Amino acid sequence: MSNIKDYLLHDFFVTGEPMIYMADVSIVLVTIAIVVVLTYFKKWKWLWKDWLTTVDHKKIGIMYILAALAMLFRGGIDALLMRVQLSAPNLHFLDAQHYNEIFTTHGTIMILFMAMPFLIGLINVAMPLQIGARDVAFPYLNAISFWLFFVGAMLFNLSFVIGGSPDAGWTSYTPLAEKSLDPGVGENYYLLGLQLAGIGTLASGVNFAVTIIKMRAPGMTLMRMPMFTWSTLITSIIIVFAFPVLTVALAMLTIDRVFGGHFFTATAGGEPMMWANLFWIWGHPEVYIVILPAFGIFSDIISTFSGKKLFGYNVMVYSMVAISVLSFLVWVHHFFTMGSGAAVNSVFGISTMAISIPTGVKIFNWLLTMYRSRIKFTVANLWSLAFIPNFVIGGITGVMLAVAAADYQYHNSYFLIAHFHNVLIAGTVFSCFAGLTYWWPKMFGHVLNERLGKWTFWIFVIGYNICFLPQYWLGFMGMTRRTYTYASGLGWMPLNVISTVGGFLMGIGFIIMVYNIYYSARYGERDTTGDPWDGRTLEWATTSPAAEYNFATVPEVEDIDAFYDMKKKNKVKEWLNKPIKDIHMPNNSGRPIIMAGFFFVAGFGLTFEWIWLAIAGLVGVFITMVLRSFEIDNGHHIHKEEVERTEREAGRIS
Amino acid sequence: MSQSNSLNQHTPLEYSTEDGRLKIFGFWVFLGAEIILFSCLFASYMVYLHRTAGGPTPDDLYDVKEFMIETFLLLTSSFTCGLGTHELRRQNKMGVIIWFIITLILGLGFVGMEIHEFVDYVGEGAKLTTSAFLTSFFTLVGTHGCHVSLGILWIIGILIQTARTGINAVTARKLFIVGLYWHFLDVVWVFIFTVVYLTGMVL
Amino acid sequence: MKRIKTSFKLVALSVVFLLLLTGCDVPVLQPQGPVGEQQYHLILWSLVLMFIVIAAVFILFGVIVFKYRASRKRTDNYEPEQEGNKKLEFIWTIIPIIIVLLLAIPMTITTVNLEKNPSPEKKPYVVYVTSAQWKWIFGYPEDGVESVNVLHIPSDRPVKFLMTSEGAMNSFWIPALGGQKYTMNNMSSTLYLEADHPGKYLGKAANFNGKYFAHMNFNVISQKQSDFDQWVKQVKTHSPALTMSEYNKLIKPSVVDVKTYSSYPKQLDTKLENMMSMEHMTMKNSGDMDSDMSGMKGDESHE
Ligand code: HEM
Ligand SMILES: [Cu+2]
Repeated sequence: MSNIKDYLLHDFFVTGEPMIYMADVSIVLVTIAIVVVLTYFKKWKWLWKDWLTTVDHKKIGIMYILAALAMLFRGGIDALLMRVQLSAPNLHFLDAQHYNEIFTTHGTIMILFMAMPFLIGLINVAMPLQIGARDVAFPYLNAISFWLFFVGAMLFNLSFVIGGSPDAGWTSYTPLAEKSLDPGVGENYYLLGLQLAGIGTLASGVNFAVTIIKMRAPGMTLMRMPMFTWSTLITSIIIVFAFPVLTVALAMLTIDRVFGGHFFTATAGGEPMMWANLFWIWGHPEVYIVILPAFGIFSDIISTFSGKKLFGYNVMVYSMVAISVLSFLVWVHHFFTMGSGAAVNSVFGISTMAISIPTGVKIFNWLLTMYRSRIKFTVANLWSLAFIPNFVIGGITGVMLAVAAADYQYHNSYFLIAHFHNVLIAGTVFSCFAGLTYWWPKMFGHVLNERLGKWTFWIFVIGYNICFLPQYWLGFMGMTRRTYTYASGLGWMPLNVISTVGGFLMGIGFIIMVYNIYYSARYGERDTTGDPWDGRTLEWATTSPAAEYNFATVPEVEDIDAFYDMKKKNKVKEWLNKPIKDIHMPNNSGRPIIMAGFFFVAGFGLTFEWIWLAIAGLVGVFITMVLRSFEIDNGHHIHKEEVERTEREAGRIS
Repeated sequence: MSQSNSLNQHTPLEYSTEDGRLKIFGFWVFLGAEIILFSCLFASYMVYLHRTAGGPTPDDLYDVKEFMIETFLLLTSSFTCGLGTHELRRQNKMGVIIWFIITLILGLGFVGMEIHEFVDYVGEGAKLTTSAFLTSFFTLVGTHGCHVSLGILWIIGILIQTARTGINAVTARKLFIVGLYWHFLDVVWVFIFTVVYLTGMVL
Repeated sequence: MKRIKTSFKLVALSVVFLLLLTGCDVPVLQPQGPVGEQQYHLILWSLVLMFIVIAAVFILFGVIVFKYRASRKRTDNYEPEQEGNKKLEFIWTIIPIIIVLLLAIPMTITTVNLEKNPSPEKKPYVVYVTSAQWKWIFGYPEDGVESVNVLHIPSDRPVKFLMTSEGAMNSFWIPALGGQKYTMNNMSSTLYLEADHPGKYLGKAANFNGKYFAHMNFNVISQKQSDFDQWVKQVKTHSPALTMSEYNKLIKPSVVDVKTYSSYPKQLDTKLENMMSMEHMTMKNSGDMDSDMSGMKGDESHE
């Protein structure tokens, strides 16, 4: 008995840190609060029927975005803790171990549990609408994807209070991340949390690719697709080719850690550098997985708020294709300093620089989209405009990093940190905020408050520049990344203080954004037209929020910017008044969330190396799959009369 | 209705519905991901081939007779699976079931032999934990074996459904997809046969 | 062309200079030896090219965003149907290509040069570098001494670092002298650096290797050959010898002070030499070698 108690207190629950007790308490309190609220308002059934079991792409998208915002909050807290710790030399705000855990979880969460799901959420919300489809190709699989991501994220976050957090960096380089140098369950959490989420992402990739290739509205040829849909298609293909590499790499390290394998160990013939290769063969395409959809979002938004066609549509597509191909050919730039020789380094240096060519082309095309246009400075467009100069700085420094011989001086320094935040924040994060603002009415039927939105925008963008620009210089001063503290007398403090101030400004911007969400839900302007921005693509052709079936009748497409074209040719009325038929829709199902629950159990079992639990979880997964296979599920029809009633209530037909 | 009838004459049953077409195409995309997955495993195997850390080498382990029989079983099963799909086109339920059951038996034989092979190796002191070479060997061949085992369970499930509901758009699609999967595993085995066993014997 | 290049360099230099005026040490931009200098020139050149790009984009951006705001008075310059312009698009495909070429060529040259002895006319001094959790161990095979967490080198003479790691990998970086290179378990890597003058520089561990990674800084003391020899002599007479068991204790995870040793076990030399020769062979037998070598590490048994 005392043995068990001992185990629970020393190994199972993370103890001894006030911050962790605080987390424990707040997790318990929040859970109780949620349970109480749901029970009090009798919302359990609503939650289950309308959300947890939904296969509707729009609702799944919203759930992705909510989860991503929560993860942005967690990752942001991590970031601010790090910034406080670094604001003066030899500070003891965090100890070494704690700092190491925090930068590991910050990086992992921001990339895999924040940036990706945020974009996948926006894709879910907008892409099927943009191509005039009723849903994605495999709605049930879509729900599985979401729940796998969700339990992966939960498993990863659980490490904070149970068992201990991973502490080998989001790159988890071996042999440091091997059992002999990093015992405990932290790294296992990393491996299994990512594995679960990764499988979900792979399924999303397949799903989106099939949806776009097979389910476009009549007349929408590939070269008439909205740019965001194009970027989704290309991203999905990258996912299909890149994510299996991650799956394999994670599985290999899991085999090493849990079953005593020797892939990446320093003994028995293992090759630690193999991990670095596999990780970045996935990792660099991953970087483009989180930036290409961002490009798509900016393209659509800039064109919409310029009231003008996207400049050089074809070239925009070709350059994205070029980027996607190149993204698989540059991974060595993450370890030029491994000493692979001048030839290898030069080749990969040049292939990396080559990416800047299609990227540069895109930048100029965005600029020329605004040439002779009428630019409206709405919040969504402000984020998109700010993206251009800020992202250029990130891209430029990326090219500097690609200069192999010079990279020997930047690698692992704050110059690198500044670079990837410059691209990830000015690219991915700005696009998430832009897309959120842009599609908010489509999701919830009201627009976000523009005034508050502008406050967020200015504070966040200024804070972001204050935070990261000084870090380039810190890199030149020799400050290395992942260092929990530094000696005094190096002159690093002033710039670090500035950087910390910037970080907090970004935090304030985020808080205002959250307040804006609350404020707009209560007082925001309702969008009754379905087309609040004078949109150009098909998602604006339906109601806000879109009905379950998306479009009462499937639109026909005659040009790029299909909806703009329809409006221009005065064909909207005609389209709306087409005869309405019964609409076939998929059924909700509780099985995805249950299956993901079993996956969670299996993941947790492997994390703690309780093989029996892992097997039990996998058996559960298998049973849910069999049940699905034997189920006869032909979906249901929404009857014509009901569709007509809904459309009439929305004032779209008389 | 008339439309799906007219489709019937040209299009195989599994392609007759939108749902079927989407799922088959989706499965092809998924196989693309599987190819990448196995490529990574093959690449790692090549990297670790000579890293035997003083433990058993490929030469010490591989037994020609054993892997030839395994290969024979799996290749034949791929053929019988093809015959099953052929019967599917002819909408001959009995034929489908018989050929797929033969496929199953051959597949089971293959998995049985592979398990036997692994047990033998472990008996000879060639464990997953012995050397990087063996870790990668067991991972590559084992992953394939797991796929085959899963395929067997999957075929059983679909056969039960076919026996119950006959051949229709849904079962036809499922049979067709599982057939694709089975052939794919066969192709992977051909690579394992050459890259792992043949190369192991020669080098 | 040349003149343009130099005048741009002047601009970049003056910017850098202004920033340097803040008075702090910025070792990457104040190189103290030929290796760092080559990299510094490359950095400057890339900065120049990148400033051009930034200037072009920022100016274009500023002008367009201001000129075509929706609230402007003029309305006759609005062309919603404009689709693209082949010629323009061609131009801005070509310009980045040229810039990339202008960068790629010097990059390749420098990258090749950095593999070689920066002052071929001088014989390099060899130092063995081993990173461990969380300390740096330096061996001086020519003089038979060893130091921990402090590196002494002769100035005005190239130094050839032969590097490896016990356990987790790391990266050996002396920003003022030049760029870094990884130190890896069971592998050796080679790095040339040279200090022009006597001086004291900051040495860093650049690649995260566990808990007390942040404490892995070391001083690099570059001395005139005579002073250096003096130091060696002093270490030889005053410091204890490094025994194998002491070494095995040293490589266990810990944070330690600066140490010097008058001698070190021969095995350490052979170990590195083995690794070196191994890299010339095919990787065929490396697995077996690993296990041989881990025997040398004494208490670190595998399985
Ligand atoms: C409030 C905004 C943010 C601040 C203040 C911030 C701050 C930091 C700091 C100080 C580090 C360095 C830790 C170290 O190596 O010692 C870091 C690393 C990192 N950040 Fe952020 N960050 C922010 C937002 C983001 C976002 C939005 C992303 C991704 C989309 C991101 C991705 C990363 C990654 C991948 C790393 C590397 C982690 C590692 O090296 O293990 N960050 N961040
Ligand atoms: Cu990269």
